[in-house]
Amino acid sequence: MFYREAGQFKTSYRADMAVFPILQDRIGLGVILFVAVVLVPLLGDDFFLNTIMIPFLIMALATIGLNILTGYAGQLSLGAGGFMGAGAYACYKLTTYFPDTNILILVLASGLVSAAIGIVFGLPSLRIKGFYLAVATLAAQFFLEWCFIRIPWLYNSNASGAIEVPGRTGFGVMLTGPSASPEARYFAVLGLVALLTWIASNLVHGRIGRSWMMIRDMDIAAELIGVRPLRAKLSAFAVSSFYLGVAGAMMVFFWLGAAEPSSFSINLSFLILFMTIIGGLGSLVGSFFGAAFIFILPVLIRAAPRTFGIDVAADAVQHLTYMIIGALIIVFLIVEPHGLARLWQVGKQKLRTWPFPY
Amino acid sequence: MTAAVVPIRAAATDAAGPPLLALEGVTLSFGGVRAINDVSFDVRKGEIRAIIGPNGAGKTSMLNVINGFYHPQQGTITYKGTVRRRMRPYDAASQGIARTFQNVALFKGMTTLDNIMAGRTLKMKRGFLWQCLRYGPALSEEIENRRAVEEIIDFLEIEAIRKTPVGKLPYGLQKRVELARALAMDPELLLLDEPMAGMNLEEKEDMSRYILDVNRLWGTTIALIEHDMGVVMDLSDRVVVLDYGVKIADGAPEEVQKNQDVIDAYLGVPH
Repeated sequence: MFYREAGQFKTSYRADMAVFPILQDRIGLGVILFVAVVLVPLLGDDFFLNTIMIPFLIMALATIGLNILTGYAGQLSLGAGGFMGAGAYACYKLTTYFPDTNILILVLASGLVSAAIGIVFGLPSLRIKGFYLAVATLAAQFFLEWCFIRIPWLYNSNASGAIEVPGRTGFGVMLTGPSASPEARYFAVLGLVALLTWIASNLVHGRIGRSWMMIRDMDIAAELIGVRPLRAKLSAFAVSSFYLGVAGAMMVFFWLGAAEPSSFSINLSFLILFMTIIGGLGSLVGSFFGAAFIFILPVLIRAAPRTFGIDVAADAVQHLTYMIIGALIIVFLIVEPHGLARLWQVGKQKLRTWPFPY
Repeated sequence: MTAAVVPIRAAATDAAGPPLLALEGVTLSFGGVRAINDVSFDVRKGEIRAIIGPNGAGKTSMLNVINGFYHPQQGTITYKGTVRRRMRPYDAASQGIARTFQNVALFKGMTTLDNIMAGRTLKMKRGFLWQCLRYGPALSEEIENRRAVEEIIDFLEIEAIRKTPVGKLPYGLQKRVELARALAMDPELLLLDEPMAGMNLEEKEDMSRYILDVNRLWGTTIALIEHDMGVVMDLSDRVVVLDYGVKIADGAPEEVQKNQDVIDAYLGVPH
């Protein structure tokens, strides 16, 4: 078949250690980038960009963030929504003080604020593990949500208590606010997500990613080899919160346009956690699968009756969506408990040996 | 193969160097339980030192004390000529003490190669920002360490399982990967906790050969815990015997074998 690595010899460790050692994978990545950069903005209408592509990419980035903490470093967290909120509010405050600064830089800077908060709430992870740590991160979630409601300074003391995104530019193009075009926002999101995914991939393939996985798989052995648990765990918390913070800022600035404290409730945390688990713990490509499964599939199912001309009441469609997605989650977890990423790997392995079973 | 056949034991007198590690009156207790009671012994540079004893004698606790996982209440530990104070496992690792575990403690989710690369963690110095970029210094460093890792893979003959997740390997190979991971740390003192537990005869023979070769080729000092007396007698230069946390014998294998206290500890005595 076409997916076969026969004849592709590695003659250096550099080639053997490439992130995509197989030629077909590199071609596939090129095709995906081409589709994302050229075809999607060319063929997609505003609805497609606004309700599918932009939120999908943002959710995928948030999932990568949680995956770094839970999937790679093995620290279960329920605070994803809170850290996303921290990024969003930080970006709002930053753009209030620096209205003329490139908004993309402010989005990244707000990730740093979120990372600092993540380090503080990551401190308990040195003592507590597993479900108990999840409860401790739940405290972070509730505390941050409380801050968004009770500290008027965070939302510039608006009467509504919500944050409204002002029009901001980056590289001379209007990127946020009501007057920004979907294409401009899409490219801003795509650029940041691609850049941060690349960095995440670099991190997990190097020494730091390895030390995260060592802590996850066998913390005692990791310690005796020379990994300092404090550093490994806190760096995972910091990087994870950075990604979540950037995703949160992008969610408000490039997608929703406005947000209130309830946008970052525990529901969002659960949503990100589901994406991480269903996509596959410890897999970057799985993060994209998970975000697509949980986020895009419901949109498609909701659009299906209209497309096929079947007349179903709107609330019935809503209920049907919940039922179908719920059933699919259970089916997938039974078929492959390690997530869609593992299914993808198994599929690739089958292709490599096709037509033989192994 | 024209290489000269090396005798199974390099003359034990070669190993009579200065002590690399000396323990003096070490006492470790957990609450009311005395796991180790006033034990003193030393490990000389370049030797293979066996620690034996019946179950629950405190052998593994001893290793945990040596690599800083437990802190003894009393006694001093001298490593490389300096008395060491309370230390973390990280410090022990950075001073060249490596360790394998009784029940295999590999990183299950990672491949053989990644597991052994993990052993090189302390050899990699490039910081966070270089790691973010990967290409450039971080990757060169990675390749440099990969070269060292490949040498160990070659030595232990595990080329074929390089890219296999360790969870899928049979037990004997997992033990070998664990040895590889410890060797990747370039240790001066290698602590082996029952390296041959649960192996069949052939695997034991292989493992014995690797242990001897490590000792001879790299001059690594080895302290090992083992229950197979045949292996202990053949491999080790000196043996220390623990029973209920107390040292009951110390010396060359032949002496220890004849010691009445040791025979009693293993066979039991009528009270």
